[in-house]
Amino acid sequence: MAPRKSLLVYADRVAAAPGETVRFMASSETGSPFDYEIIRVRCGDAAPGGAGYKVDAVAGGRGRVADARRQPVAAGSYAVVPGTWAVDGAFTLQAYVMPTTPARGWQGLIGWWSEPTECGFGLFIDDKAQVLVAIGDGKGEVDVLRAGKPLVAGLWYLIAATYDRDARALRLIQEVQSEHKRLDLDADVAMAPTVRELGRPSVPLTMATIVTETDGAWNAGAFFNGRIEAPRLDDTALDRAAIQALAGWPVPAALEPRVLAAWDFGHDIPGTGIHDRSAHRRHGELVNLPTRAVPGRAWTGAVHDWRQDPTHYGAIHFHEDDLYDAGWTPSFAFTVPEDLRGGLYAARVWNDADESFATFVVRPPRGRASAPIAFLASTATYTAYVNIQWSMLNQASEMRMGGLTVLDADDVTIYERPELGLSAYDLHVDGSPVYYATRRRPCLNWAPRTGLWSFNADTHVTDWLEAKGHAYDVVTDDDLHADGVDRLAPYRVVVTGAHPEYWSTPMWDAMTAYLRGGGRLMYLGGNGFYWRIAFHRDLPDVIEVRRAETGARYWAAEPGAYHHAFTGELGGLWRRVGCPPNRLVGIGTVVTGFDRSSYYRRTPASRGARAAWIFDGLAEDERIGDFGILGGGAAGFELDAADPALGTPPHALVVARSEAHSYYYLLVPEETLFHHPAINGLEDDGVRAEMVFFEGPNGGAVFSTGSIIWAASLAHAGYDNNVSRVTDNVLRRFTDPASF
Amino acid sequence: MYPIDTSRTDLAREFKKNPFGPHSAELQRILNRMRWEPLKGKFVLVCTKPHKEWILAELPGERGKPITMHHDQVFTSLADAEWVVFKRRWKRITGQELAVD
Repeated sequence: MAPRKSLLVYADRVAAAPGETVRFMASSETGSPFDYEIIRVRCGDAAPGGAGYKVDAVAGGRGRVADARRQPVAAGSYAVVPGTWAVDGAFTLQAYVMPTTPARGWQGLIGWWSEPTECGFGLFIDDKAQVLVAIGDGKGEVDVLRAGKPLVAGLWYLIAATYDRDARALRLIQEVQSEHKRLDLDADVAMAPTVRELGRPSVPLTMATIVTETDGAWNAGAFFNGRIEAPRLDDTALDRAAIQALAGWPVPAALEPRVLAAWDFGHDIPGTGIHDRSAHRRHGELVNLPTRAVPGRAWTGAVHDWRQDPTHYGAIHFHEDDLYDAGWTPSFAFTVPEDLRGGLYAARVWNDADESFATFVVRPPRGRASAPIAFLASTATYTAYVNIQWSMLNQASEMRMGGLTVLDADDVTIYERPELGLSAYDLHVDGSPVYYATRRRPCLNWAPRTGLWSFNADTHVTDWLEAKGHAYDVVTDDDLHADGVDRLAPYRVVVTGAHPEYWSTPMWDAMTAYLRGGGRLMYLGGNGFYWRIAFHRDLPDVIEVRRAETGARYWAAEPGAYHHAFTGELGGLWRRVGCPPNRLVGIGTVVTGFDRSSYYRRTPASRGARAAWIFDGLAEDERIGDFGILGGGAAGFELDAADPALGTPPHALVVARSEAHSYYYLLVPEETLFHHPAINGLEDDGVRAEMVFFEGPNGGAVFSTGSIIWAASLAHAGYDNNVSRVTDNVLRRFTDPASF
Repeated sequence: MYPIDTSRTDLAREFKKNPFGPHSAELQRILNRMRWEPLKGKFVLVCTKPHKEWILAELPGERGKPITMHHDQVFTSLADAEWVVFKRRWKRITGQELAVD
């Protein structure tokens, strides 16, 4: 058996100020007790030859959980409508349905049904991909009627069941919504039921799941993969024409008095509720964030923004592997002492078998700063990457890396335990993209002692800041999103991590305002300011990304689904939205490649008075960063370059440029437009990183390195190297109040 | 699909000598074919001692299913692992053992 994690843990918040409490939810898969301690993370790089694992225990932050237990994760999205229903001698239950995995086994569509007692009524898909209606009295009498024609993935159907006790009729209609009627996919079947009295289960009405009830509690299971639109419940057995009329909106006046519920999934798409437009107002709730703002049955391509016409977006896409909140019980907590230094922190849990981390940031209260430097922790980006499974789910992974895929216990665990959820880089089990990324679950790769990417790569920056004696606060993307420029205004310099890739509009606006106000930004990475994201209006700890049109990406948003559900904004690259990162930081992504790294050479522009100070202590022809623990150089993996056509300020100086990249370094799709065989590092001069400096308004300035792995070379030779020196020269000048 | 010429054992030797490249154009094409292996049965390494030990494994091609471990193939160097996988893939694709030790 491959090695798996036996301790899992996550925090209830991404950052805390002194006086605030962070709660930690842990699961011991074997029930073994575990110890915990709160640590301050200076550097999480434990690789041989790396910067070194450097953490400090926090006084009073240690304890033991003796009564440890396993906490399960319940993935799978569905809808719940609480209460009972005035259904007795007759009903019509109907919805538009687009299954995406009809042959995957039993799946619930919509029902007021309790599985073990077979009580109530509902529509389901069985293990032969057939729709069926079941009715049961809860006392052993059950009728089941199957459509007889297996569902085809990706097609819309109108599914309706009617029951009439007095007429002794149970009917099931399956009507494909396709012009290809020769497909012979329709069904209209009937039987004389034996059930005389419909059971009244004590569970709620649900959609996209089958509910099982044990000991007074109910559980959702048998989740549906696919879309549901316009579910309706009526207390009469309607005929086909009435069913078709009821499927649309508004509900015909003649039918209205008997309609018990008519849900409109196009209502309040940013929210987590489902809205009943009938007079009964039987609104419901969505669990585990199924996908909204996806084309519905009525989508024609005439509308791409759901805000313009929500009737085209009346569908919700449910998935068995959706997850928002693991919802575990807290295992221990930590209240940040008033005098605790700001920084990156983690709760470390361990026992003889395993060790895990849940990280958090200690930051100052809003409007207060304890240092002139703010390190911007890319918490939006860390969230996007949580539990990424690309290397195991994408056939191209080894091809991209130029070497065998190497998995660790974290990878094995998230692969073998699908309930731990997916990342915004992965596909759902039905092949649809994962638009939402949550951190309300164990975040296995958002931790020290993991691979050098995302959070752990950023600890190279905090490590270097401390090695060089630069005092700093940590501010998070979440702070920037919520509080705007006020979070940055107290700081003379903002320093990014290696990969500030994901930006919401409020984050972007805050950074723009900071720079306009004379702020100074050191962008110490690559592939930054790349994707636009949205935060949720009501729910914390979750972001949305729609990879629209182009960009270096592992999936593409479906046509018609380019606008975020959370905000309605057009998603995709900031470059495509019309705000290229070049305008903000002088450079934008041009290349990715992951086998070997390279170095920079200074340009003639670096020798002028405006920029020469950046290279104090370096020889004019010195190679910069021809060393490092990631591929042997400081220029690698993901590279950015200047482009005046994309808004690099005309006065920006390209002060250094990388060269000699490998065959595995390829231009990103938005740079190539039309592929040809020579877009790699051996053959295309466009394959390079550019280091840029420019002065901003009101005495401010921007310095951008252009390489995502720049910081991985900082610790080389005891921090005595030219990458470190360049970074230090810039940071010292940027903290100097003298105007640029 | 690029055909692997089984007589070109010189390219196999080139890989053994320098598994992490850069490689000749002909060897690169062989590697591209090998690395474009389907996910079901794809060779991967599972790290069992951080930075020190890896075991050969195969992906099942479906999330939620167990990863198959080859416990008799334990490596203390990634270069050794690359070479073993190269030989196995050579046989998978051509049907012939690679006659290079």
